[in-house]
Amino acid sequence: MEFVSLLQYSAPVALASLGEVVVQKSGVIHIGIEGSMLAAAFFGMLACYSTHSPWLGLGAAILAAVVLSLIFGVLAILLAVDQVVVGTATNLLSLGVTGALFRNKFGSTGQLLSIPRIPAFHGFDPILISMIVSIPLIWFLLTKTGWGLAIRACGEYPKGAEAAGFSVLKLRLQAILIGGIYAGLAGAYLSLVIAGSFAENMTAGRGFVAIAMVTFGRWKPQFVFLSALMIGYAESLQYKFQTYGWNVPYQLMIALPYIVALLVLVIVGRGSMAPGALAQAYRKDK
Amino acid sequence: MRRTAQVLLFPIGILLILVLTLLVFRLPLVESLKLLASGAFGDKFGWSRTLVKTSPMLITGLGMVIAWKGGIYNIGGEGQYIVGGICGAALAKILVFGGVALPPWLVIPLILMACIIGGMIWAFVAGLLYVKRGVEVVISTILLNFVAIQLLSYLVSGPLQEKKKQVPLTDSLPDGMMLPKLSRQMDLHAGVLIALIVAGIVYLFLFRSNAGYQIRLVGESIRMARANRLNVNRSKLSAIVLSGGLCGMAGGIEYLGMSGQLGTGFSQQWGFLGIPVALLGGLHPLWCILSALLFGALFAGSENLARFTTSGSALVYVIQAITVLTYVSYRAYMDRRPYLEAS
Repeated sequence: MEFVSLLQYSAPVALASLGEVVVQKSGVIHIGIEGSMLAAAFFGMLACYSTHSPWLGLGAAILAAVVLSLIFGVLAILLAVDQVVVGTATNLLSLGVTGALFRNKFGSTGQLLSIPRIPAFHGFDPILISMIVSIPLIWFLLTKTGWGLAIRACGEYPKGAEAAGFSVLKLRLQAILIGGIYAGLAGAYLSLVIAGSFAENMTAGRGFVAIAMVTFGRWKPQFVFLSALMIGYAESLQYKFQTYGWNVPYQLMIALPYIVALLVLVIVGRGSMAPGALAQAYRKDK
Repeated sequence: MRRTAQVLLFPIGILLILVLTLLVFRLPLVESLKLLASGAFGDKFGWSRTLVKTSPMLITGLGMVIAWKGGIYNIGGEGQYIVGGICGAALAKILVFGGVALPPWLVIPLILMACIIGGMIWAFVAGLLYVKRGVEVVISTILLNFVAIQLLSYLVSGPLQEKKKQVPLTDSLPDGMMLPKLSRQMDLHAGVLIALIVAGIVYLFLFRSNAGYQIRLVGESIRMARANRLNVNRSKLSAIVLSGGLCGMAGGIEYLGMSGQLGTGFSQQWGFLGIPVALLGGLHPLWCILSALLFGALFAGSENLARFTTSGSALVYVIQAITVLTYVSYRAYMDRRPYLEAS
């Protein structure tokens, strides 16, 4: 298979998981990443459909994902509500809002819907390029800068970060903002680059797979990206397995990325690489 | 006084969210509310629709209560519900369509049992991965949902497909092999009663039994549980397996009470919607009856809105999500106010 097309298959999961690395390093697990991607895919499509400009679509996609991520941030970080609860609820919110608006505007199937896509050069579009640039960029940010150190401190030992003069709440919100931007790019990639269209719940769990890949990639951008490539390969098989002459039910091929994600989690187990304070709300007053 | 105010706050808050949602989606307010109400409670058919939609959500909600009380985030209700339905349909293929002549009073409980076991097995996989390998239940249960959906899709167009092999559905259960109905014109079936009884049982189990107490203690504080020499892993494993069993049972109630057959659309998110039911019910089995009834009424009523909008159930998801978000943030705010005032 061509390397470019492998990158394309991997891009949604890869982008989402790169953002999620930053979020989880700050001690937050953002289950709502799936909903942010879905909102981005929908509002990106909607803006592109209304303005005929995929670039405005891209902007709307990022904006939608950031807004939803910030709702998550305000509740889960500032109000210290359980992160899994908020994430699950924002996912449901996104599923509902995108579904309701989509059915209202395009009917329940929207099969005729077709929008201009983001232009690409030899398969490389700006989102794909930004994904490749992001790998060293996030690695550098997290490991070589003072901000990255503070973020990691928030994830390992928030009290320590606070004692060193950082605001844990502010840093975690910044991390969620970055996670939101990447979820926006991931969602935009689905609707504005791959499909040129939208379907209800089109993210189909890629956000959750991305979270699994963050664990499998041991919270390191380079390994997380490689894990996402593996998922991209598994996903590409559902379009190719028949040409390989494999006589298996197509449902197995659709389920393959999820099964692979589950298996790799079983292989790596819990390990000791996870941020120490992952998924724990931080409250100054406690 | 404050307590009464809080109880009153609920219906007002929910009504407010409903009104705002209708306005945002630009639906005619008064008429939509009327249609919603009459669709859900207008006549006996409305009540029947509401109750029939309430019961699977109530049972999966109760399943979520057990798991979340036990400190284990089961998000896999959907998968457990589906696998429950699959196991029920597989047993039905042998007992009902396989030429074994057994009386309905034996077959129906057996099928329901198979559904419960199916849900338990699917949840056990996630529980085992957590206990043995430390795989986060949140992620593993979600991934297993997607696997279950594909499994269902394969089976209904493969081994479990109906005899003529034309459409991707299982054979349709004869009326005599389904849960008894109140009357022929209505969908109202005995599953509603079962759901209510299960709510009572779950309440007694969690708050009046030793095993339930252990599950709650582990969920509350692992350290405290360890100090009392409780086996934390075993408690969490039993919490998620019981939770899965209930979700499987919900699948069985839907199969035996409503659909009578399985297709790719077997689960209308009932498994997943147990989560908002449980959260809005404050993770209390008896309050869950009310929250399930509320959402059941919304789903039943929203069918009536089809005249104005094609959004339908998606609109209910929006209301559910906002209600839950508002409720949990209200709780969090009230919870931390004493600290804020003290500082």
